[in-house]
Amino acid sequence: MKPNIKYRLGKSRFFKGLIIALSVLCTVPLFIILIYIFKEGFSKINWHFLVNMPKPVGEAGGGIANALVGSLLIVFYASLIAIPLGIMCGIYLSENRNTRLANWTRLSVDVLQGTPSIVMGIVVYFWVVKPLHTFSALSGSVALAIMMLPIVVRSTEETLKLLPDTLKEAGLALGLPYHKVILRIILPCGISGILSGVILAVARIAGETAPLLFTAFGNLYFSTNILKPMESLPLLIFNYATSAYDDWHNLAWGAALILLIWVLLLNIITKIITKKWRVQF
Amino acid sequence: MESTILKAVDFDAYFGENHVVKKVNIEIPKNNVIAVMGPSGCGKTTFLRCINRMHELIEGTSTNGKMLLNNEDIYDMHPILVRHKIGMVFQRPNPFPNLSIYDNVIAGYKLNGMKISKHDRDAIVEQSLQKASLWNEVKDSLHKKGTFLSGGQQQRLCIARAIAMEPDVLLLDEPTSALDPISTSSIEVLMQELKKNYTLVVVTHNMQQAARVSDKTAFFYLGELIEYDITKSMFTNPKDTRTQNYITGRFS
Repeated sequence: MKPNIKYRLGKSRFFKGLIIALSVLCTVPLFIILIYIFKEGFSKINWHFLVNMPKPVGEAGGGIANALVGSLLIVFYASLIAIPLGIMCGIYLSENRNTRLANWTRLSVDVLQGTPSIVMGIVVYFWVVKPLHTFSALSGSVALAIMMLPIVVRSTEETLKLLPDTLKEAGLALGLPYHKVILRIILPCGISGILSGVILAVARIAGETAPLLFTAFGNLYFSTNILKPMESLPLLIFNYATSAYDDWHNLAWGAALILLIWVLLLNIITKIITKKWRVQF
Repeated sequence: MESTILKAVDFDAYFGENHVVKKVNIEIPKNNVIAVMGPSGCGKTTFLRCINRMHELIEGTSTNGKMLLNNEDIYDMHPILVRHKIGMVFQRPNPFPNLSIYDNVIAGYKLNGMKISKHDRDAIVEQSLQKASLWNEVKDSLHKKGTFLSGGQQQRLCIARAIAMEPDVLLLDEPTSALDPISTSSIEVLMQELKKNYTLVVVTHNMQQAARVSDKTAFFYLGELIEYDITKSMFTNPKDTRTQNYITGRFS
């Protein structure tokens, strides 16, 4: 029997067209969001917007300095907690693939990754906020650190797993102690993958609102004290966007754009780092 | 009579229950090239990795018997010290991709935190690269990454890195199996140079290579050391029928 070539080719062409059309469709929401936020937010952003405090209702202008600095500080302290822990854990997992502890750790990390962010907020509220008797930036950082942890752990593990075993053997055969082999050879060789995981984790938590609601809480004033409540970009957007005043809506749009640019920049930096610092074998 | 530098006495090695090196007795004379050959899975690489205690790094492995370096049992010494005295070159060139050529050669010192002056460092790098016949090719690009070199050059860089530590013995695990014929012959020529200063133990699949480079050859089969003799007499007049069968290609 002669196969119907034309019909088969037609089916293939249809399938190819379908996947192209659907992948274009996937990018549409992203572009609509980008365009919309740029349209609403771009006109609000200027130097004053970045360095000034929000103005009271009724006064035009005003900025988001407190939220911007707050976000930077909260994310910074979260990174300080999560990055060393996460990288160490990732090293352990890549070095010990099949021990019972490794399997348990891997499972817990996966579960942690899937845990809703509001749950992190509640847990940290009971662990940190209640004992300290105050909302604080620090508690917000702890909540965000827990959210970062799984991303850092898994990206470190996956990166190091890809490095050839001969690299480690070369180090050991030179008489290097194990910790030197890991810290001076294995980690530097995997640095691009690890760093991009870290940066993506930072980008991921920058916009988290739920864990901050009852930890960092928000602050109408400028504060850099991590033991006191602190404003942050997502909280500012949450509070101002749901308010009844146009001036505050404008602030929220501007802040949303800033947050978006933050995430976009971090993603671009990641791309550059993975390209530039990748170790060639 | 040449002095013996390395001696195995009733040496066994295991992977879990698997007995892969069986009661090996061998004496390796100083400043010689010893070829270790045999079919795949005969335990030759495992035996080599026992000499610098790399075998024990794999989980579930164990060893038994004595391995004497200058009459001192290396299994009584600290493994890190053993690996300073016994260098190793691997099947595939594995320079540290994050380090320059210069830093690769000096890696054993630098990463071990040994303090040496810049003057000494420069001298060690130059001497080691010269001994590895790589100096002339890389002297103008010492601070480029080692991985930009060709495969054969990378392997010579690994040899330079190993001999920079001034080991007594250099172990080579099929050092040319990943290289093209030209690089292979340059490594083989290099081995003849190196034996003036070091003792070389080379694992090889390639009988011609064993015949070309070695002074003595050890033939392993199913974990046992079947025959160990001067290379010339082993290839012309093997005493054991299994050696004869292997050399004549009746099994591989």
